[in-house]
Amino acid sequence: MSAALELARITCTFISRHDRSQRYTAVEETSLAVAPGEFVSVVGPTGCGKSTLLNLAAGLLAPSSGSVRVFGEPLRGINGRAGYLFQSEALMPWRNALQNVIAGLEFRGLDPAAAKAQGEDWLRRVGLGGFGDRYPHQLSGGMRKRVALAQTLILNPQILLMDEPFSALDVQTRQLMENELLELWSADRKSVLFITHDLEEAIALSDRVMVLSAGPASHPIGEYRIDLPRPRDVSEIRLSPRFVEIHAEIWHAMKHEVLKGYAQQRQ
Amino acid sequence: MRNSDSKLGLRLWQLGVLAGLFVAWHVLTVPGILPPFYFGDPNKAAFFFGEPLKVLGRIWNWFAGGDIYRHLWVTLMETMLAFFTGTVLGLLVGIWLALAPTAAAILDPYIKALNAMPRVILAPIFMVWFGLGMLSKVALGVTLVFFIVFFNVFQGVREVSPVVLANARMLGASKRQLLRHVYLPSAMSWVFASLHNSVGLAFVGAVVGEYLGSSEGVGYLILQAEGVFDINTVFAGIMVLTAFALALDWVVTLVEKRLMVWQPRSGETERI
Repeated sequence: MSAALELARITCTFISRHDRSQRYTAVEETSLAVAPGEFVSVVGPTGCGKSTLLNLAAGLLAPSSGSVRVFGEPLRGINGRAGYLFQSEALMPWRNALQNVIAGLEFRGLDPAAAKAQGEDWLRRVGLGGFGDRYPHQLSGGMRKRVALAQTLILNPQILLMDEPFSALDVQTRQLMENELLELWSADRKSVLFITHDLEEAIALSDRVMVLSAGPASHPIGEYRIDLPRPRDVSEIRLSPRFVEIHAEIWHAMKHEVLKGYAQQRQ
Repeated sequence: MRNSDSKLGLRLWQLGVLAGLFVAWHVLTVPGILPPFYFGDPNKAAFFFGEPLKVLGRIWNWFAGGDIYRHLWVTLMETMLAFFTGTVLGLLVGIWLALAPTAAAILDPYIKALNAMPRVILAPIFMVWFGLGMLSKVALGVTLVFFIVFFNVFQGVREVSPVVLANARMLGASKRQLLRHVYLPSAMSWVFASLHNSVGLAFVGAVVGEYLGSSEGVGYLILQAEGVFDINTVFAGIMVLTAFALALDWVVTLVEKRLMVWQPRSGETERI
């Protein structure tokens, strides 16, 4: 069976719009595959091109070289089988929560009454029943993330792309959201590509963790299978001895890259 | 409770300022109240600045006698037509150019030139083209309104959050749907910010057009009165125009409040 998502020998070079000789290679010769139903995290120091990988998988960006395949087929244009959870605010501020959740159904031309019923059901599933008429600015950061999650999941994508979706939340809300994500995920096991700079989050959620080197021209420097039992509770699993062991192992490999990335940013 | 008290107090103060201005105007201009200290002739102050009671009397006669309605109707129609036409044109051209960067780059110097040009100067040309009727005034108003709305829409469309845009694309929006559900609502908030300005300018277009040559309208009334040095009627015309400009602005505010419910307003802190 072919991988749900496969990035093969991807290189992505950006050219400065003002000066064409200025180039920046974000990722170089990177390969990555997510099996159907697998939860894969990519961790790496800041500025290592993690989001670039996700935009490539989403079809928002075309690679300079290499190929992106979705269930065996080469990707052209937007990846219609994927849902994307963005790092920053992506809700349409002029739509209330319910209208935001059903936006994708509306774009697909679904009957409004049916869309509304589904939307309300999804709002309840993410714990926001009764908040449908609130506009994004009237919701807290955690609630907005839940709306965004419902907005993406209502379309039942086979692949879920997540770009540090919880990084802006406080620790408690974040752990709640992580547990909710795992619960929603375990219901129908979508393929997930999860980007984060938080190693603990990556280990707690994933089946597999990939570590990227510091940018520019970052590439994978290690891949670790996480053999922690499921179902997991993200706040409890952090205390298990096996978790600590895995964390130490990956951190040992990553530390050097993090310091390198930090040094580059300080220049 | 305290809030509504202070609001009432504020209104009272505002009315007080208005009353104070009228009293000062009255005292300074009506012949014989103050000794003539600036003009030698006691009637001169009234000649140059009018007398408030006579001005108010003139307004009263206009509305009670029904003379004004025809002129007011013409001026308001010109204003509204200029306002709507200019806004719709500005919206369409703004969205088009914002989404077509090549066309925008080609037209850029011309747009800047047209905007920099003192467009009131076009009034005589419009009169030659469209005659002395309403159309020439509407055309002048449109040139004034168009650029304000256009620049705001242009800016608004270009500043659509790239993340919101990418998200809508990932949710499956087609190009048409992006226009309808992302670009347009985003541009509308900028348009509304500009509508207060453009309503005022539509008024300017109508009145200046009438002033330069017409057979009806409030601008025409003012021009007639000026011809016979009837300063009281000029002031009466100005006041009526001001009142209606305020009313139009208030209507824009009402529409804005209805359509822009999604925008956070300062002081609104309901977050749960």
